[in-house]
Amino acid sequence: MTGRRQRAEQAMVPDAEFTSYYGRPVVKKPVWKWDIAAYFFTGGLMAGSSLLAAGADLTGNRRLRRAGRLSAAASLGASTFFLIHDLGRPGRFANMLRVLKPTSPMSVGSWILAGYGPAAGFAAASEVSGRAARLGRAAGFVAGAMAPPIASYTAVLAADTAVPAWHDAYRQLPFLFVGSAAAASGGLAMVLVPPGDAAPVRRLALFGAAADLAAAASMERSIGLSAEPYREGTAGTLSRWARRLTAAGALGATMSRRSRPVAVASGLALLGGSMCTRFAVFHAGLQSAADPKYTVIPQRRRIDAGRPIQAG
Amino acid sequence: MKAFPDSSVFDPLDPATESGHLDAPPRVGFFTDTSLCIGCKACEVACNEWNEVPGGDRRLLGSSYDNTGALGANAWRHVVFIEQRVTTEGPSEPVEPAFPSLSGTDGGGGGIDFRWLMSSDVCKHCTHAACLDVCPTGSLFRTKFGTVVVQDDICNGCGYCIPACPYGVIDQREGDGRAWKCTLCYDRLEADLEPACAKACPTDSIQFGELDDLRARAAARVEHLHDAGIGQALLYGEDPEDGVGGSAAFFLLLDRPEVYGLPPDPVVTTRDLPAMWRRAGAAAATMAVGTVIAFLGHRR
Amino acid sequence: MAECHPVGFQWVMEAKARGARVIHVDPRFTRTSALADTYVPLRAGTDIVFLGAIVSYILENGLDFRDYVVAYTNASHLVSEDFVDTEDLDGLFSGFDPESCTYDPSSWRYAGTAARSRSSGPGGTDGADGAPHEEGSHGPPLGDGDPERDPTLRHPRCVYQVLKRHFARYTPELVEAVCGTPKDVFLEVCRAWTSSSGRDRTTALVYSVGWTQHSVGVQYIRAGSIIQLLLGNMGRPGGGVLALRGHASIQGSTDIPTLFDLLPGYLPMPDAKDHLDLTAYVDSIVGPRQKGFWAGADTYMVSLLKAYWGDAAQPENDFCFDHLPRVTGDHGTYQQVLDMIDGKISGYFLLGQNPAVGSAHGKAQRLGMANLDWVVVRDLFEIESATFWRDGPEIQTGEISASTCRTEVFFLPAASHVEKEGTFTQTQRLLQWREKAVEPEGDCRSELWFSFHLGRRVREKLARSTDDRDRPILDLTWDYPTEGVTAEPRADAVLAEINGFDLSTGAPLSSFLDMRADGTTSGGCWIYTGVYAGGVNQAARRRPGSEQDWVAAEWGWAWPLNRRILYNRASADPEGRPWSDRKAYVWWDQAAGEWTGHDVVDFERTKAPGYRPPPGSRGPLAIAGDDPFVMQADGKGWLFAPSGLVDGPLPAHYEPAESLVANPLYGQDANPARQRFPRSDNPHQPSGAQSGSGVFPYVFTTSRLTEHHTAGGMSRYVGRLADLQPELFIEISPGLASERGLSHLDWAHLVTARSAVEARVLVTDRLRPLRLGERVVHQLCIPYHWGTGGITTGDAANDLVGITLDPNVHIQESKVGTCDLRAGRRPSGQALLTYLEDYRRRAGIDPATGLPTAANEGIGT
Ligand SMILES: Nc1nc2c(c(=O)[nH]1)N[C@H]1C(S)=C(S)[C@@H](COP(=O)(O)OP(=O)(O)OC[C@H]3O[C@@H](n4cnc5c(=O)[nH]c(N)nc54)[C@H](O)[C@@H]3O)O[C@H]1N2
Ligand SMILES: Nc1nc2c(c(=O)[nH]1)N[C@H]1C(S)=C(S)[C@@H](COP(=O)(O)OP(=O)(O)OC[C@H]3O[C@@H](n4cnc5c(=O)[nH]c(N)nc54)[C@H](O)[C@@H]3O)O[C@H]1N2
Ligand code: SF4
Ligand code: SF4
Ligand code: SF4
Ligand code: SF4
Ligand code: SF4
Ligand SMILES: [Mo]
Repeated sequence: MTGRRQRAEQAMVPDAEFTSYYGRPVVKKPVWKWDIAAYFFTGGLMAGSSLLAAGADLTGNRRLRRAGRLSAAASLGASTFFLIHDLGRPGRFANMLRVLKPTSPMSVGSWILAGYGPAAGFAAASEVSGRAARLGRAAGFVAGAMAPPIASYTAVLAADTAVPAWHDAYRQLPFLFVGSAAAASGGLAMVLVPPGDAAPVRRLALFGAAADLAAAASMERSIGLSAEPYREGTAGTLSRWARRLTAAGALGATMSRRSRPVAVASGLALLGGSMCTRFAVFHAGLQSAADPKYTVIPQRRRIDAGRPIQAG
Repeated sequence: MKAFPDSSVFDPLDPATESGHLDAPPRVGFFTDTSLCIGCKACEVACNEWNEVPGGDRRLLGSSYDNTGALGANAWRHVVFIEQRVTTEGPSEPVEPAFPSLSGTDGGGGGIDFRWLMSSDVCKHCTHAACLDVCPTGSLFRTKFGTVVVQDDICNGCGYCIPACPYGVIDQREGDGRAWKCTLCYDRLEADLEPACAKACPTDSIQFGELDDLRARAAARVEHLHDAGIGQALLYGEDPEDGVGGSAAFFLLLDRPEVYGLPPDPVVTTRDLPAMWRRAGAAAATMAVGTVIAFLGHRR
Repeated sequence: MAECHPVGFQWVMEAKARGARVIHVDPRFTRTSALADTYVPLRAGTDIVFLGAIVSYILENGLDFRDYVVAYTNASHLVSEDFVDTEDLDGLFSGFDPESCTYDPSSWRYAGTAARSRSSGPGGTDGADGAPHEEGSHGPPLGDGDPERDPTLRHPRCVYQVLKRHFARYTPELVEAVCGTPKDVFLEVCRAWTSSSGRDRTTALVYSVGWTQHSVGVQYIRAGSIIQLLLGNMGRPGGGVLALRGHASIQGSTDIPTLFDLLPGYLPMPDAKDHLDLTAYVDSIVGPRQKGFWAGADTYMVSLLKAYWGDAAQPENDFCFDHLPRVTGDHGTYQQVLDMIDGKISGYFLLGQNPAVGSAHGKAQRLGMANLDWVVVRDLFEIESATFWRDGPEIQTGEISASTCRTEVFFLPAASHVEKEGTFTQTQRLLQWREKAVEPEGDCRSELWFSFHLGRRVREKLARSTDDRDRPILDLTWDYPTEGVTAEPRADAVLAEINGFDLSTGAPLSSFLDMRADGTTSGGCWIYTGVYAGGVNQAARRRPGSEQDWVAAEWGWAWPLNRRILYNRASADPEGRPWSDRKAYVWWDQAAGEWTGHDVVDFERTKAPGYRPPPGSRGPLAIAGDDPFVMQADGKGWLFAPSGLVDGPLPAHYEPAESLVANPLYGQDANPARQRFPRSDNPHQPSGAQSGSGVFPYVFTTSRLTEHHTAGGMSRYVGRLADLQPELFIEISPGLASERGLSHLDWAHLVTARSAVEARVLVTDRLRPLRLGERVVHQLCIPYHWGTGGITTGDAANDLVGITLDPNVHIQESKVGTCDLRAGRRPSGQALLTYLEDYRRRAGIDPATGLPTAANEGIGT
């Protein structure tokens, strides 16, 4: 009551900073469960891995190709599971391909996956069986070609919502996501292939880590109030760990040319860092939806500044 | 499988025709005049009854007489109750002077020191409907009446529409998995009947009709209230130029939108989608280039 | 009104949109207040001060509609020398008997008329027997003789001057001090009311049970009527005193009553002592010089008896008058329940009533029902009144035990209003016919089916009886046509019987004026005669408003004779011309020599305004051409009631029986004639200045929520409605909350001498403390819809309320009382009983508490 009365009173104070209806959320919290955050991670992993596999194939790096194709297939499996498992009506997952809607990142994503999945799967199968090597090669290149969009569309998936922490970050999220994908897949490969074969892996990992950290920093600076959730609560803790692990992993990567243990350790750090990044983003979204201030304050400011959004 | 199905992101004038209904009748909607609402909740009951919306085991929320809480899968109409102390002094003094409610005087002060606002919220049936835009299955679609409806036989519960709605209207139903919201009584419209909630509203706080008429009526009403000295009466959602291209369900409010739990300046998220795709493309390219460099470096 | 008559309230909103000013007077800020232009708070139970002060404002400032008042009201009549006012007897009118706590009204008569001594009847402990209600129900007779008059209104004993003196002390200052209503707000109301009354304007007064459920309930309405008469708002379009009724057709169930002391059409139920035969009975209704249409009471009564007993009713046997039961005193629901407790009653029919929750003193209700041989409950749901013996609160306290409760309960499922046809009569006396929408499911049956077939079977069982006591049943006309598999009696046949027939031709009567006392006509309810005129169900007419004029005379049918406004002769001036063009309604057409206008004139159609009754005439003949109030014994609107009321000819302010304050106006605290039941199982609380009153320091009122219906049978058992208000709550002000250390949604409980009721608190600004001079009074409110059954359950507010009644109509004082408010939940089981025992001890309560004594009510001072 008291709380509400204060709000009610504020309501009449002309330049009140923030009013809400009993402190209840304005936008609905995503009903997505943890497995969507996990999919962000595995999706990035498979994308990066397919790229590594394709690159390795072209540069005749057999070990890396094998590792790449297999990790891609593995994370593809995991991704498919997470995606279907999160549906309210898993039995109807096929409806995803009922239409193609450019306005729906999820629809677009489904179609990309529908193309990527078989390719990555086939490449892995031929890798294991050793049969249909040529077709397997082609499939590997197709998968590699589709990998970058796979790594970045999930950012749009999140940003194309009314969730303040996601929507307001739509400029940075794609870079954060591809960076995270590169770092993760690099990290995984560092664990799987001996340092001798892993030079490109280390470079990709470093590139990824750099992109990840840069994007995160730029977000922090430029999305205003919506950056707050990334600093607070679960999301805050996860972001901090993401930064620590990614940085550590990157540092380790530069020193892992000769030492397998160091390579494995830094690889794991990068994987962990990427995982934390994805869950941090996920939770920041939930937190920003749960508290009406993230929705109301920026919009109120726009109006008070006489600059409400215009259609078009 | 349709190639380019319902989409309203490229601001159409009439959403129905834009999404392919060539024979579309005039667009319909609601003008909810909250200055006439007596908080009887007949709209909520009529909606639940007609649409067989499952009842929840509700608890006393302590938010005035509102025990519904918010719009959701099981509440397609939601009557909000706001008790406002206009003066800011502490615990209530014995009445002297008495506290007349919304009287002729200006609500910003002028003798009023208490008022009780009531308003019946509902899906806005946006001109640019984010829920519809992002729905990957085409379950959400635009009817020929210009309304936005979920097809429960297609929805696979992906949940995308839910965080997409700038008003927090649509939601997933527990144990059912699919998304539900106001259909603007699609079945009744097809049968040339007024939506159940509007039909039940005793004071005509909920007015159903063709959007153009409603907008005219609303304009007149605000003017009337302003003349009557109720300075803070404002229209919400009727402006075709706003962030969602105007909504088919718009409101006359007696305070700022956020007081009623409405977003002050909602925007359809897909408005930024082209920009988002560009950024995603750039990011993807960067990743590709990064990879190439990673391997080229190896050659040397 | 927005809370409880939301559909009707649409018209208020429409009027508001057209510029009408809406004023809401209520102790609480409700949904209605939220939409009103002005909200006027006041202390519960003080409206007579508020209204009295308006009367005095009108009189002091000469704002009354003088031409109307002089011509149409009894303002000019002189009151007998014997009359002494409360102002001179410190709160008592002349004629009070401290022993029986009743009035002998003879001193209230007009000067020039003879005293009519009314035998007070066997009252026992209760202040009023059946009789007074009978009088209140129709234009009560006056003693022989013509009242003396002073048209100049200057005579000290003329009603106008009496009124002026009586209300002189009712000032805006007093309103502020007693009601807690700020003076300026009060004056705002006075100005609004008076300025929109007169020749060109009229004001409607709308009230509901906030005014009736008081030990002075009837006088509240009287006070409102006095204002409406002074301002000329009666019998005119846009005027009147309108009761917002309760249950659908509750008006119908007073016209064709479910009340113990009335027969259909407000004919009194015969009294065992006074009404030995038909003549004695009729004489008691019709004074020797009775003016107006009550003079036809004999024709109404005989036609009723013919409707009941047909051919068996003959002049020789007084038309079976002796077949009628007699009243021997108060048989009202509360008296009955106490008699049940005392084992004087063995069976109980509950056809659509839930007294276990809905009636005052819930515990007495349940204990009474638990002490019967049988109860028949016909209801839509298995309500508390059908389950009290297994899940009532007394099970926990051990006062009722399912295994030993002797009452056999028969529950019969009832068909709802959509599953049967018939009429609803609403507050404007409009009968509207309802079709059946769906067939009742399973064993559900209509009341009509139940009554008819029950009667049929009883008659079959008695068929061979020779016992005289069975004649009333065997002689009944019980031959209604039935239809369908369930043999449902035809409701329209019943309506036709109510309308009545000319028995010589078998044709339906078209007016009660055609009724005869010789047995040649029948009619089940004289005021309804005409509803079946020409053999057509007039109540079923549904011509849309768009297809007729604004009076809409062809929508349904209004009694009497399809009149939409009663006494509408008053809408024209004494010469028969409309008071103003704006308010023209019916008028005298000199050329045609008859009354004409928008409505059916409530007057003899060809009686000219100039008509003066020949000396010694009675009945309609005695009504002058400018006497609009044709049912009144003198044709006038009564500002002062020379007879008909048992607690005074004028409203005077009395505090509620249980109040925080002593009566600031008189030594007499509460209504001296209120109906009391002093017994250990109906403890009263000390009031005002009495010692121990401090134990119950707060005022509480009970009321309704839009979301629920009365005792909850139709809402707590229905999921969609139960959802809307899922829990009982108590509304308190932030001030009271801090005084009792409560915060929003905390558990708390209310305590009275009767019981303790727990609920969570809603701390809200809609309730505010009132300042009475130095003193701050906290009022709180609890809805009375909850009980132990249904989807949402909670304590019943009525368990708090004791049995104290208005003496005229025996309605309980359930709108105001005093209580204690404590944080936390109440004790339960045995502990509750000891808890209450302790409260009663601390307050020094015994059965005598609340009884009149020189000490506590200044009797004889
Ligand atoms: N939704 C709904 N509608 C209903 C009903 C229902 O239960 N629910 N019940 C129906 C029935 S049976 C009836 S009789 C009507 C009753 O209709 P109402 O009379 O409107 O109902 P209440 O809420 O009991 O009482 C009205 C108001 O009286 C106020 N009051 C209490 N004491 C006093 C007093 O001393 N003076 C004044 N001026 N006001 C006072 C209360 O605060 C309350 O707000 O409603 C009918 N309609
Ligand atoms: N404290 C307090 N007490 C009050 C009041 C108050 O304001 N305060 N208000 C008083 C007033 S005004 C009233 S009217 C009473 C109401 O008190 P009750 O009349 O005892 O309570 P209801 O719940 O209205 O009971 C009506 C029952 O009839 C059933 N019913 C509905 N339709 C039918 C039908 O067609 N046939 C049959 N057989 N049953 C049917 C319903 O299910 C319901 O159970 O309460 C009174 N008590
Ligand atoms: S209000 Fe929300 S749910 Fe309704 S149409 Fe607009 S976006 Fe969709
Ligand atoms: S949940 Fe159903 S309606 Fe909502 S976006 Fe997914 S498929 Fe469409
Ligand atoms: S339009 Fe129909 S579905 Fe929508 S809120 Fe009203 S009743 Fe419910
Ligand atoms: S039905 Fe009308 S008046 Fe009643 S709550 Fe709904 S909108 Fe308000
Ligand atoms: S319940 Fe019936 S009578 Fe009461 S307001 Fe609603 S429609 Fe009118
Ligand atoms: Mo009632």
